[in-house]
Amino acid sequence: MPKLEAALQKTEMVSLYRQMMLLRQFEEKVAEMYTKGHVAGFCHLYIGQEAVAVGAISALEPEDYVISAYREHGQALAKGCEPNEVMAELFGKATGLCGGRGGSMHLFDLEKRFMGGFAIVAGQLPLAVGLGLAIDYQKEDHVVLCFFGDGAVNEGAFHESLNLAKLWNLPVIFICENNLYGMGTPIERATSLVDVAHHGCAYGIPGIQADGMDVLAMRETVAQAVEHARTQRGPYLIEALTYRYRGHSMADPLKYRTQSEVEVWQSRDPLRTFSQKLLQHRDGVSQEELEAVEKEVAQTVAQAVAFAQESPDPPLDSLMKNIYVEPSEED
Amino acid sequence: MPTLAYRDALNQALKEEMTRDERVFLMGEEVAYYEGSFKVTRGLLSEFGPDRVRDTPIAEEVIVGSAVGAAMGGLRPVAELMTVNFGLLAMDQIVNHAAKIHYMFNGQVTVPLVIRAPQGSGKQLGAQHSQQLEMYFVHCPGLIVLAPSTPEDAKGLLKTAIRDENPVIFLENQNLYSLKGEVPPEEYTLPIGQANVARKGEDVTLIAYSAAFHLAMAAADTLAEEGVEAEVIDLRSLLPLDWETLIASVEKTHRVVIVSEAWQTGNLAGEIAFTLQERAFDMLDAPIQRVTAKDVPMPYSKHLEQAALPQQRDVLEAVRRIL
Repeated sequence: MPKLEAALQKTEMVSLYRQMMLLRQFEEKVAEMYTKGHVAGFCHLYIGQEAVAVGAISALEPEDYVISAYREHGQALAKGCEPNEVMAELFGKATGLCGGRGGSMHLFDLEKRFMGGFAIVAGQLPLAVGLGLAIDYQKEDHVVLCFFGDGAVNEGAFHESLNLAKLWNLPVIFICENNLYGMGTPIERATSLVDVAHHGCAYGIPGIQADGMDVLAMRETVAQAVEHARTQRGPYLIEALTYRYRGHSMADPLKYRTQSEVEVWQSRDPLRTFSQKLLQHRDGVSQEELEAVEKEVAQTVAQAVAFAQESPDPPLDSLMKNIYVEPSEED
Repeated sequence: MPTLAYRDALNQALKEEMTRDERVFLMGEEVAYYEGSFKVTRGLLSEFGPDRVRDTPIAEEVIVGSAVGAAMGGLRPVAELMTVNFGLLAMDQIVNHAAKIHYMFNGQVTVPLVIRAPQGSGKQLGAQHSQQLEMYFVHCPGLIVLAPSTPEDAKGLLKTAIRDENPVIFLENQNLYSLKGEVPPEEYTLPIGQANVARKGEDVTLIAYSAAFHLAMAAADTLAEEGVEAEVIDLRSLLPLDWETLIASVEKTHRVVIVSEAWQTGNLAGEIAFTLQERAFDMLDAPIQRVTAKDVPMPYSKHLEQAALPQQRDVLEAVRRIL
């Protein structure tokens, strides 16, 4: 996407690189903390898919909503959630984004308009339609960016949501991260029409494929969908072609794909290819600058771990709070 | 006091709350142009327009799910499920989403949502359209479950449900829509979690709700002719339950019969009986009785259907067993 590369300032380019680096290093640290027993439950890592979240979310305004599934650490960080609070949530601590109620699959930050990680496949799509309805009803000009995996495409909720979003012409951008596998099943064994973007046709929704390993391509594609949603209100379907380097979750021994397939995708690693672009940027980004970013991010991640480790557990007497809205909150 | 049908009392509640708060809107199958499968939304499209009275496709999962999302986004949706049976298609959104979001995200966001759904049996509608599914919802913390039996309660509770910050499952009864009753002409609401002692008595407590409440009231009339004074309690709110009112009645009558049109196994009667023996064991003079539907998918044949549902004579027999 030479057009966008030319338009972006060096600082913006470095910022995208820094965010991708944060997602990568954060997840690598989470894997380590999981192995050491500090992070528990189901834990789905985002490593390999960083360009999708960072590129897509960089095309949004802060008031726009992001909603996602259970592989959502990366999107939460890209939407501006504090690494300390995300890590503390994974540790189940009181200082976590959700006070240790949610865990890895249920991050949420109202202030950042990160509207949650949801762990029932495709469950967040109807919610995204509802957020779009709230925007439209209140005559706001925000948009909703709804992330989901290719596995969600076979759920009824996907089809019901696309239909209603178009019927009511709501500002919802559906972004399918097609990493080729729904857990251990390859997409061609689960989906009759494997080109996810083409599913938009069935609902009169523009559908477009984007290179999910290229942060600038993602940014440009999503920017186009955002423009469409803001001006014409209508939904959009984006299929980001990407790949997860790790298993479906930490429990996945990864026996269903070949080493050569993994190597092909890793040869297009979103961080490495983007760093090469940066080194060739007309304003000149040096190797030293990139290394400095890497070190700075490592420090942020180390701080997040320290913060999580030092934070207290949620108090036992808070167990039954927030099942219902307390009456005092209503006033 | 003016008299209104149950459906018109609900209609008034919707109209008043939509007038009071612009964030309130209706969505569901046939709620707008058709004016509701049971005519509860009659006249509302012409009064409030298509943005606030929205017909949806027949797609229950996204009806409820988008209502949940709209509630998260600052609106106060009232979603109608044409019948509770269709609501089973939306159980993921009700149980896994609506009921969990406030807790799971540590109170950061609320889901002020009402899901209206009629249930009820006895009209030869067959197994898939003759169910009482309240326990599917009562089992789930995070939900409020209401089941009014009279026009007055229907209106007052629906208004409260719409103003409440929590997801409310509002179970209407298709056999009650034409039931007429007195409804206060002035503005009023009724509290969630408060049962109604509809008839006072000293000899036995009949606990019921929804259509079964009328069965209990009819039985109480018959018992009165025999000199037995039954206290009849209409639960109205199934989650939360009004334990204080139930225990106060047990203190007085020492005998309890629970009447419900839902299946026997897993019936609310089990939960009530267990809690009463836990909290009021010494006050009980006889085993708690239950009168419920039989554990059978509802047959179409009229006489089989009646055999599956609790009848007045079953209530009378239950009372006589413990007097």
